[in-house]
Amino acid sequence: MKKSQKGFLQMFSAKGSFRHGIHPEENKKQTEHKAIRRIPFPKEMVLPLAQHRGAPAKPVVRKGQDVVRGELVAEAGGYVSAPIHAPVTGTVTAVDKLVPMPDGSKSAAITIRTWPSASQEVMYSKPIDTDALSPDELVQAVQDAGVVGLGGAAFPTHVKMKAPQGKQITTLVGNGCECEPFLTCDHRIMLEYAENMVRGARLVMKTTGATRTIIGVEDNKMDAVLRIREVLASLPGDNSDITCEAVKTQYPQGAEKMLIKSLLDLEVPSGGIPADIGCAVFNVGTLAQVGELVPESRGLIERIVTVSGPGVNRPGNYLVPLGTPLPELLAHAQAIDEPGMVILGGPMMGSTIATTDIACTKGITGVLVFPPESLPSPDERDEMPCIGCRACVEACPMLLNPSTLGRLAQNDRYEEMADEYHMWDCFECGCCANVCPSNIPLTQLIRVAKGGHRQRNQPVQK
Amino acid sequence: MSGHPLSMKIRTSPHLKKTLTVREIMASVVVALLPVCAWSIWLFGLSALALLITTTLSCIATEALFNRLNGKPALARESSVVITGLLLGLTLPPGFALWMAALAGFVSVALGKVLFGGLGQNPFNPALVGRAFAQASFPVAMTTWTPGFLAERFSSFIPSTFAAPFMTPVDASGWIAAQVDGWSGATPLKAIGHTGDFASASDLMFGTVSGSSGETAGLLILLCGAWLVWKGVMGWKIPAAVMLGTVLTSLPFWLIDPVLYPSPVFMLFSGGLMLAAVFMATDMVGTPLTEKGVWIFGLLIGFLTVMIRLFGSLPEGAMYAVLIGNACAPLIDKFTQSKPFGYQKPVKEGGKA
Repeated sequence: MKKSQKGFLQMFSAKGSFRHGIHPEENKKQTEHKAIRRIPFPKEMVLPLAQHRGAPAKPVVRKGQDVVRGELVAEAGGYVSAPIHAPVTGTVTAVDKLVPMPDGSKSAAITIRTWPSASQEVMYSKPIDTDALSPDELVQAVQDAGVVGLGGAAFPTHVKMKAPQGKQITTLVGNGCECEPFLTCDHRIMLEYAENMVRGARLVMKTTGATRTIIGVEDNKMDAVLRIREVLASLPGDNSDITCEAVKTQYPQGAEKMLIKSLLDLEVPSGGIPADIGCAVFNVGTLAQVGELVPESRGLIERIVTVSGPGVNRPGNYLVPLGTPLPELLAHAQAIDEPGMVILGGPMMGSTIATTDIACTKGITGVLVFPPESLPSPDERDEMPCIGCRACVEACPMLLNPSTLGRLAQNDRYEEMADEYHMWDCFECGCCANVCPSNIPLTQLIRVAKGGHRQRNQPVQK
Repeated sequence: MSGHPLSMKIRTSPHLKKTLTVREIMASVVVALLPVCAWSIWLFGLSALALLITTTLSCIATEALFNRLNGKPALARESSVVITGLLLGLTLPPGFALWMAALAGFVSVALGKVLFGGLGQNPFNPALVGRAFAQASFPVAMTTWTPGFLAERFSSFIPSTFAAPFMTPVDASGWIAAQVDGWSGATPLKAIGHTGDFASASDLMFGTVSGSSGETAGLLILLCGAWLVWKGVMGWKIPAAVMLGTVLTSLPFWLIDPVLYPSPVFMLFSGGLMLAAVFMATDMVGTPLTEKGVWIFGLLIGFLTVMIRLFGSLPEGAMYAVLIGNACAPLIDKFTQSKPFGYQKPVKEGGKA
């Protein structure tokens, strides 16, 4: 790959970092040294059919049917979709129960009552020789495994495993930054499942055509960097095409555009995707699951979730069967009974939930519980006028002008925001709102403006 | 455990907030100004104290009045108006009549801030609006200086301090002459071109020269500014750019003729430049937002200050330079919008244009 022609400004940016960004308190100490532990199987499992991006899965079981742990219960509803597998051995109690989702919507779900005496051994497992599979067969195998982006996006992984039409992928980037405060599940995965991760990277390299893999890890997780390098050195064969590099601990380092910039000093063009500059970015947890499941022809039935926050008495990283009702997980982690706030994902980009009456799905990276008396931000938004302090301008990793965007948004001037101030380049990382001393909800203003602009200008113009 | 729909808060991300608030920013600036005020009182005595109290109270009272008229709580939730009052007091001559100072305070807040919509809306630094008003209205009083460290500065006021409104200005020269010999009344800046006798750099840095009550101690102001930068309340770029602009503009003149033109160091530490660079030009509202814009803004102020000083009819140019800079800020912003991430030329062939 051709090294980039360095622009004048790029001379100032040190390798391993991007411009701007913020340094929120990490809060990772609570969980980063806790090994992953399995939680007991709950009595009843809830499997929403729309737990990934794209089309919902289609049930292939009936009510009353007995299923075995690992068995397919819903097939992919299209190309951009993923199948769902039974997380427990038990009896299907419903296939179309409407259940609440984290975003407040409802989704049809399959519910399974667990057999209390079942061994919960994964019966559906058929080792295959991945070397013998063609790239297309491999992509199909990943879809069959039901793997979706486990970094929180929940986008079906197999879709990203083939270079888009007319583009060529040369570099696979493993995203082990985990820049969100509190979360440590990727950290633990890199420490405990590095072999699976490397195996997964090999498979993805084969389908995308990438000739090398760089795993980027923030330098607050040097133990993970060393562990991955150790594994790479110990594995048979030549592994020099897979490397692990430390990047600066800086939020939002884990955003794919930022990570590519830090590792390769390349910028994904505005409105483009990483494939435009020959890159594909995969979360390390996703790679580990691909590496673990595909060679065994198994389905994704559990994931690792960080449970943390001041409202949790036993914070840690838990191996959670997908479909576990959230209250079961919280009870196991000894969370307080009446939380003031529960965040799914990290505190910067995660979302709050109105009720814990939801199920753990493939896209949940973490659950953060805060008691009413110590919410992560002050209770009332004591909003003041913008004083032009430039804090947001110096925080924005996309080099936008959030202050002006906020002012324009408050006046419904969405077209100006899009045409002159590059609103659509914002990926809502939250840095601007985090640093604003006037407590202006800049990120939310931009979010609303995007919605308004989309509505006014259908089809969307970027 | 079950869901508690009523007790759980729903918010939009980000859920983490940095704790620095506007209130803390303003309070920090007030704290940073206090040593400068203290120095000014130590130097000029009771009159300087009375002046600072008058301008500050006048500014607070003006804001309270307009807040009441607008049906808002009289006292603002942050202390930016105190900054305006203190800065105004610091830029006036120590013997300035208090009634004039009170009027200047009213104009600062009424014309400089409230008229535009209050905090965050004022295009100009309110304190400088007040000073410009005083300069235009009371040119004689604005250029009547008192030497520092007078023997009686803590036992009596400078006579002009208590001049009655609209009466013949009180002459303080007799009071001064009784305490010090051979007082010319000229500030170091005024001396340029008259005597060719430039005050020494150390006198300027430590403020043992005559001048406006709080503009003299360059080093102290710099130190207070450094504390604000260290606290993360203030950016270092604007003060740096103003100083750089001053040095860059005055250096060629000084190199051509060091007898006729003052040295860059003199330019930096004389008059109100240091106060303007550290506390006035950095008033966040009237400054550009963009990264390049901040540098252009600062350099422009430095350049204008030197130009006004050397070729204008006014002895001091920093104030007008900042005001002109404020006026240019929106324009600078418009032309210096930074190129967002991802707008560089595509590196690879076949990439999106």
